[in-house]
Amino acid sequence: MALVLENVSKSVAGELHIDNISLQLEPGTFNVLLGRTLSGKTSLMRLMAGLDRPSKGRVLMDGKDVTGLPVRKRDVAMVYQQFINYPSMTVYKNIASPLRLAKVDAAEIDRRVREVAEMLHIEDLLERLPVELSGGQQQRTAIARALVKDTQLLLLDEPLVNLDYKLREELRIEMRDIFKRRKSIVVYATTEPLEALALGGNTAVMDEGRLEQFGNTIDVYQHPQSIKIAQAFSDPAMNFVRGEVAEKTVKFGSAAEIPLQGHLFDLTEGDYQFGMRAGHLHLNRKSAADVAFQADVDLAEISGSETFVHVAHNGSSWIVQRQGVHQHAMGEQVEVYVDPSRLYVFNRHGERVVSPGNFQEVLN
Amino acid sequence: MARIELKNLAHSYHSKPKSEADYALQQMDHVWEDGQAYALLGPSGCGKTTLLNIISGLVKPSEGTVSFDGEDVSALLPQERNIAQVFQFPVIYDTMSVYDNLAFPLRNRGLAETDIRARVNEVAEMLELDDVLTRRAANLSADAKQKISLGRGLVRSDVAAILFDEPLTVIDPHLKLYLRRKLKQIHARFKLTMVYVTHDQLEALTFADKVVVMHAGQVVQIGTPQELFENPQHTFVGYFIGSPGMNILPCNMDKGLATISGSVIPVGAVHESLSGAHELGIRPEFLRLHAAAVAGTVKVTIRETEDLGSCQIARVKMGDHSLKVKLDEGDTVPTEEGYLEFPPKWIRIYADGKLVEPDRSLKSDVEIAQ
Amino acid sequence: MKKWEDNKAWFMVIPVFLVVAVSAILPLMTVVNYSIQDIFGPDNRVFVGLEWYQEVLSDTRLHDALKRQLLFSSLVLLIEIPLGVLIAMLMPKRGWGASLSLVLVALPLLIPWNVIGTIWIIFTRPDIGLFGAAINALGVPFDHTAAPFDAWVTVLLMEVWHWTPLVVLLAYAGLQAIPEAYFQAARIDGASTWATFRYIQLPKMRGVLTIAVLLRFMDSFLIYAEPFVLTGGGPGNSTTFLSIYLVKLAVGQFDLGPAAAFSMIYFLIVLLFCWLFYQALLKVGTGDKS
Repeated sequence: MALVLENVSKSVAGELHIDNISLQLEPGTFNVLLGRTLSGKTSLMRLMAGLDRPSKGRVLMDGKDVTGLPVRKRDVAMVYQQFINYPSMTVYKNIASPLRLAKVDAAEIDRRVREVAEMLHIEDLLERLPVELSGGQQQRTAIARALVKDTQLLLLDEPLVNLDYKLREELRIEMRDIFKRRKSIVVYATTEPLEALALGGNTAVMDEGRLEQFGNTIDVYQHPQSIKIAQAFSDPAMNFVRGEVAEKTVKFGSAAEIPLQGHLFDLTEGDYQFGMRAGHLHLNRKSAADVAFQADVDLAEISGSETFVHVAHNGSSWIVQRQGVHQHAMGEQVEVYVDPSRLYVFNRHGERVVSPGNFQEVLN
Repeated sequence: MARIELKNLAHSYHSKPKSEADYALQQMDHVWEDGQAYALLGPSGCGKTTLLNIISGLVKPSEGTVSFDGEDVSALLPQERNIAQVFQFPVIYDTMSVYDNLAFPLRNRGLAETDIRARVNEVAEMLELDDVLTRRAANLSADAKQKISLGRGLVRSDVAAILFDEPLTVIDPHLKLYLRRKLKQIHARFKLTMVYVTHDQLEALTFADKVVVMHAGQVVQIGTPQELFENPQHTFVGYFIGSPGMNILPCNMDKGLATISGSVIPVGAVHESLSGAHELGIRPEFLRLHAAAVAGTVKVTIRETEDLGSCQIARVKMGDHSLKVKLDEGDTVPTEEGYLEFPPKWIRIYADGKLVEPDRSLKSDVEIAQ
Repeated sequence: MKKWEDNKAWFMVIPVFLVVAVSAILPLMTVVNYSIQDIFGPDNRVFVGLEWYQEVLSDTRLHDALKRQLLFSSLVLLIEIPLGVLIAMLMPKRGWGASLSLVLVALPLLIPWNVIGTIWIIFTRPDIGLFGAAINALGVPFDHTAAPFDAWVTVLLMEVWHWTPLVVLLAYAGLQAIPEAYFQAARIDGASTWATFRYIQLPKMRGVLTIAVLLRFMDSFLIYAEPFVLTGGGPGNSTTFLSIYLVKLAVGQFDLGPAAAFSMIYFLIVLLFCWLFYQALLKVGTGDKS
């Protein structure tokens, strides 16, 4: 049964950390909390776990009001950023500890510890102490300990943030496989849009203690309801250009006008912000319909298999994401092209009007 | 400014190293050109910091020599080597103003105050510190402090090389871009030899003309970002550079064909002379996944496809081996099974982890990249 | 904010509250009580208001003791802090030399106060004491039992010998905490030893030196054992520091009222000085000109 937050708020010392959040999470689902540092992810998790009591609102588990029920009496496990294990216990005893506390019999403990250890590929390290493990192995141990008890609610607070990027890449994929088979409600906090996408499931975008949007991860990514959400859920950042719609055409500052067609067809006259994903900007023309913008290269950042070309257009900074490795000199003049059918449109309040492949207008 | 030469260089922290495993740095010979920006890249424990400390003189190598412009400096102390170094955590003189911090190295060397003023002002302007020159350095943000540490190196006209030890560790993410750009500008203007240690591939590849990839105490490749991506000299480079990394599969070579768990893949005439056990490497972006069989393709089962927004990663199984295939956003990915094409142009063959150079003398209808 | 589950934590703190109450607050209140009453017997007490305070404040012997005390504490700080920093700088930073020198330096701190007094009485005796006899042999007359100046110097020496090690330990810990990168950067910048000390080591030791100054000031301001063991405050009143005078007043003359008022004033003076030092040292080197 589900975990339900009803109009939950939390303030600490007069400061609002969680602002009126309502959310329902179903068992067997994987839920990502996405938002920058201090957006309220950890605070929200603490409320879900029962580590903190909400200042307002209710928390329901299986339809029962558990607001104020201490964490000890709830069925919950948590994994943190830091690798937290019992330093004097072996990996085996670490993983077994929640079961021992729950007085599970020894044979059952053994079976479950080995099963979960195998799942996390630490079955050969069971007799080691945490100090003898690498960072990745320590975090695997902590995750195994959280998984072993099959809790109703499993919370992971940026568990991969302190690992190097190759390990992060590997563990992400493993996590996706591990959590797919669970009956628990899994909640996973991260600051990285790419991590949310790689993990799949549902995503709740948070900003300044508010829940901005919740839904299927790829849907939220493709159809952000506001500029704020689009910004929180894009890496590299989404690029914006102002445009004016009049007489069934859009005019973007210095660039050529384009006729309203496709998903832009129903735009009413007025000013809009047009959003363009970095991957949809190109330095060469792909089709005759492309809009071209003049820009200067600021810096080309190379990730290894991709190049992020930072350019300046008319005072705004954009990022063009290119596949492969490309060198660009600072100050180089380029033409940036975008296919109009890839444009996101936001109104002057930052609310989405239309997104590519979505013709539904925002009410209000 | 200087050309840095490493001759028979090796280092062990043990006094009497017995085996290769006792060496933090395996024997190496390299020449780093004057005025170039080098990045030492590798995971923690690969020996990159040891190498940097040997160049700066903080560690004395147990074997071999370091020369700057042909002059052996192995026995010299850091202060005798005319290098400057920027550390992981900003080192500033807390009680001094920004101006005095920048002037400090020059005052210690007894320069006239008028010369100091001119030099400090020039560097401060370059680093955009001119507005805060009179402020106390201790009260500034981490990025400004890091610029001051860099500035203390730049004010000196005698600096042979500037060394950086993960200098952006404590910098806010949104300021990193600005500092990376600043570093590139400074490099373009002063044409100083720069050596930059980092474990972050984005930082290394963005900063450097040449990236020195290190693994287990060894330099596995020195190359431009493009060379590292397109032509990894070592399987470790293929794995470490790029996200996701290169697919590496054990294979058996015979007459220009690679056999991987029963599937046969043509690798081109340039590898015709190879036989026996090797490894085949190909990057996920160069594999093509077809829904129906095409000549030269291999049947694979598709385990899962991750939609990453700007691209998709399909995880496929070929016999016992897993591969990743990178597809464009919006591409239709076949479900259950598909057919994988290995363009020979992008296939790399490795023996014991090292790249086997294609034999271009063999007539080939396949063009090898580069 | 309600901490419903964690209320138990308050119960855990109760024992400490009780200990503090019994050991500090209750005695202090007793002293306050004494300082505003004239007590003739258990059932015979008179409220006198601030009379005792007035009396104590106009007492010239107290003024002399206070001046003596301030001079003494200032000298203690002027000698112990630089000396402690110097010794800490000269100590080896690592290896067995570091451990050995730490043990040697810490030795005086491990000796009970009355033993220290006895050691120094014997050490400075003009007839058989190593120090006293040697100094006399050099032609400098020295006798701490007769010459006020000599007694004074002896108490100062005792204090310095006993407590400089504490400053050394604090300064040493402060020096060890400076990241190696600072010294490397200073070497690369061509800084001299003095410049390294002046611009890196000293500023980085500010925190521990603040603590050292506070501790040494408070301790030396409350000094009792050394002069008591050596000469009991003599010869004359030359080593009658504040606490010696207080004890003379309370125990010797049994003037409980004035002694209590004196205690309160004494307490406030120590508090005031500590606050002043703390404020001053917080601002040193931070660039805060306010």
